[in-house]
Formats: sequence, C-alpha cells, structure tokens
Amino acid sequence: MTLKQTPLNAAHRAMGAKMVDFGGWDMPVNYGSQIDEHHQVRNDCGMFDVSHMRVVDMRGNDVRTFLQGLLANNVSKLHLTGKALYSAMLRPDGGVIDDLIVYFMREDWFRIVVNAGTADKDIAWMRAQAAIHAPKLDITDHPELAMIAVQGPNARAKVWEALPGSQALTESLIPFSAVEMGEMFIARTGYTGEDGFEIMLPAKAAPFFWGILAEKGVKPIGLGARDTLRLEAGMNLYGQDMDETVNPLEAGLAWTIDLISPRDFVGKAALLANPPTQKLIGLILQDRGVLRGHQVVHTAHGTGEITSGSFSPTLNQSIALARVPKEVAIGDSVQVAIRDKMLTAKVVKYPFARNGKVVVHS
Amino acid sequence: MNIPSELKYTPSHEWIRVEADGSITIGITQHAQELLGDMVYVEAPAVGRSLNAGEECAVVESVKAAADVYAPVSGTVTAINSALDSSPEAINSAPYDAWIFKMQPADANAVNALLDAAAYQAVVDSEAH
Repeated sequence: MTLKQTPLNAAHRAMGAKMVDFGGWDMPVNYGSQIDEHHQVRNDCGMFDVSHMRVVDMRGNDVRTFLQGLLANNVSKLHLTGKALYSAMLRPDGGVIDDLIVYFMREDWFRIVVNAGTADKDIAWMRAQAAIHAPKLDITDHPELAMIAVQGPNARAKVWEALPGSQALTESLIPFSAVEMGEMFIARTGYTGEDGFEIMLPAKAAPFFWGILAEKGVKPIGLGARDTLRLEAGMNLYGQDMDETVNPLEAGLAWTIDLISPRDFVGKAALLANPPTQKLIGLILQDRGVLRGHQVVHTAHGTGEITSGSFSPTLNQSIALARVPKEVAIGDSVQVAIRDKMLTAKVVKYPFARNGKVVVHS
Repeated sequence: MNIPSELKYTPSHEWIRVEADGSITIGITQHAQELLGDMVYVEAPAVGRSLNAGEECAVVESVKAAADVYAPVSGTVTAINSALDSSPEAINSAPYDAWIFKMQPADANAVNALLDAAAYQAVVDSEAH
C-alpha cells in the first residue's frame, strides 16, 4: 500500500526526519531525539505537521440545530465568531465515533476538525445523519488544506515574526478560538498543553510557511513528542483512550458531555441508561520501568487497564492514563503487571504537566 | 552505519566483544538504538543467572517501545552495567561503549559462529528493503 503524504513530506526528509507509517500516512516520528523535541516545546516552541487531520465545513441555515443533535457537547455555547468547542461524536449506543473541535464561524457556517484515521468514517456518519435531519446542509471536507501547529511558550511570538500582519489579528485572540487571515485559518488551540496556534492553509503554501518558520528558528517536532506532550497534558488520544466500544463517561470525557440541558443528541439515551462503572485516572510509576498501553492495573476494587502510557520527559518518570473501577481514588497505590513483575504506581489527578510546569506530584 | 569490525553480532542486533580472559561483553548496535529512539530504561539480567543461547535476558525501553535483548551464546552472567540505571541514554550516544551485561560462555568456541561485521551489515541492509 502506498502511504499518503502531506505537502510537507519533502521538507521532513530534508530536515532528517525519521518517517513512519502512521495510520496510512508517511509521517515524521522524530528528527533526532524525541525527548529533546519534547523539551523544546515545553521550554521554547516547535512546529508540527498535522496536515493529515481533516477539516470539514458545514454550511446551511440549520447547521446549529443539526450539530446540537449530532454532537455530545452543546454548540449552543458558541456565539463569538471563531470560538471553538471540543466534543465527542457518539454512536446511538454511546460509543465514541471520534473526538473533534468545532468552530463557530457564522450562523450558517461551522468548521470541524477531525482525526486523520477516522475522517472518512466521520464524514460518512455526518452525511448519513444530515440526510435524515438536515437534507439541505452542505458538508464539504478539505483534504487540500494543510495544518501546521506551532506550540510552546514562544510559539505565538514566532508566528507573528514569520507571518506579517498576523500579530494585529491574533494578539487578542482568546484561547480556544480562531480567526481567518486571507486563505489561512489561525486557531489558538493545540494538543500539547502549551500556548500556540494551529494554522490551516492551502497545501501549496505549506512548504513555504514551514520554511519561514524554520528560518525564524522554530524547530520541527515529530509525532513521537506530540504523543508524550499530549499525554502529559492529559489529553485523550482517539483509538487508545477511547473508541467506538468505550463509554465516553469512562474515558474522562464527562466534562465535554452535556447531559443537563433538555437537548437530545445521538448517544444521550444510551449514556443515561448505562451509568459508568469505570473512570479514567492518571498513574505515576513509583518503580523503575515504563508504563505502556494494555498493561493490566490491579487495584483494591478490581482490575483496570492502561490506555496510554509512556515515559514523561518533564516528570522524568513513567506516566499513564488508565481505565479503572470508579471506586479507585486519587492517592491510591495500585500494581501494574509489566512482563513478569508487579510494579507500584500511584493514582493521580491528571494533567501531569502544562505550560512548561509539572502540575501533579507523586 | 557504524559497525566496528572487531566485534561480533547477532541477527537480533546485539554486539559482542570477546575479552582477553574469554568472557564476552554484550550491548545493542547503533542500528538497534536508532530503531528504538531515546532510551529511558534498561533491565539487565541478574548476575549469576545461567542463560541459553537465544534466551530473552534483558529489556531496553525507549520512549517509543520495549525491546528484548537475547543471550548470544549459552553461559553465565558475570556483570551488569549499573551506570545505565541513571543514564540509559548512553546507549543512544555511544552504543558500543554502553554495554549491558557480561557473560562467561559455556563454550569458548560458540562466539566464532556469531556474525562478523560484514555479515551483520548484510542483515541491516536486508531490513531496509
């Protein structure tokens, strides 16, 4: 099978990237040391090619009403132009089809960004639902758009240097909102726990902009560091921390699911009928070793499973997200089965690190 | 690719240095550490443990993945490199200095059957295709 390439493929190779098959995409996992790249983002800034993610525009007079039924979070919270909302999109049985960001642009235009691996299935689901509830809605995806994330304490200043005119437009942009700049779409969002922007732009312009950022001293960061940064920030990864078989209330997503308003949405009845018996918690390994996905967690209340685990460069310890019985409490000591050993880990409230700082202690 | 000619190798990417006293020193190759990326944890075998050739006996873990290290020949573990406890990244920066463990082979001739540098280069080349 031929791997799909982003418009920055040649740029990655020229910068010495180690390329891997990431869900059918030929993507940079690192450009040298993944740990150095991680620290680079926490301490300064770095840029990520996330062009494999998909932009979907929904246009029509009934788009807000449609999204109120489609998404588990409530788009009635969105009134300011460019404001974003994180949401899950659920199956009727409550399983998670995908997690996404939805931007309110105009009353007849919402923009959604979905995961790469789920994009085709997401769009098929959106169209099937629209056929029933909003047949006049226009749903258009934009595989021709590239996306570059610039993240870290100095990220915004570097983007302002690289992109004349962007400072005036984005300096007052509040977190989790976006603004259009010509053919570019600049969002103050990210997946690292640091400040910064995610910038959508035409594919043909992406290598030039990437090159300008590099000239300004912004280092490229691979998907390896992206994963440890998001894990430290306590952000879920679709396919690991939740998927179609997982109740989102057992995946740390309760804060994004509006069960209070009378509004109905796909999956709501199933969530109300199936109260969670498990929950997502953070773990910090107390012994030497590395926590990994699928390791079994033994608690006083039964067993659970690690959904995402790795070495945390910021904490210099191994950390994980794990789904465990809901009776497990913060501060509990649990045992994790790693090969032929049982190692001790402490249950913590995540995130582990944000804005360059450790925010939880073992 | 750095593959020192004075060392022996296995297809599973261990390097082996035969010492003057007949003992052997084992680590993982430049190619192996490149595949694994930033090393964060090394679990060495217990000193005194008796190993069969090909037996899993150590684990190297990078941020990305855990990988087994195999005994290149049969014998007994005589020493481990405890410096790797606090600086596993030495395997990345100097893979042929950052040894993991030493063994006394049960049969001194067994090491002769291991790969030489040219044969190991061929293993690495074949993986690239």
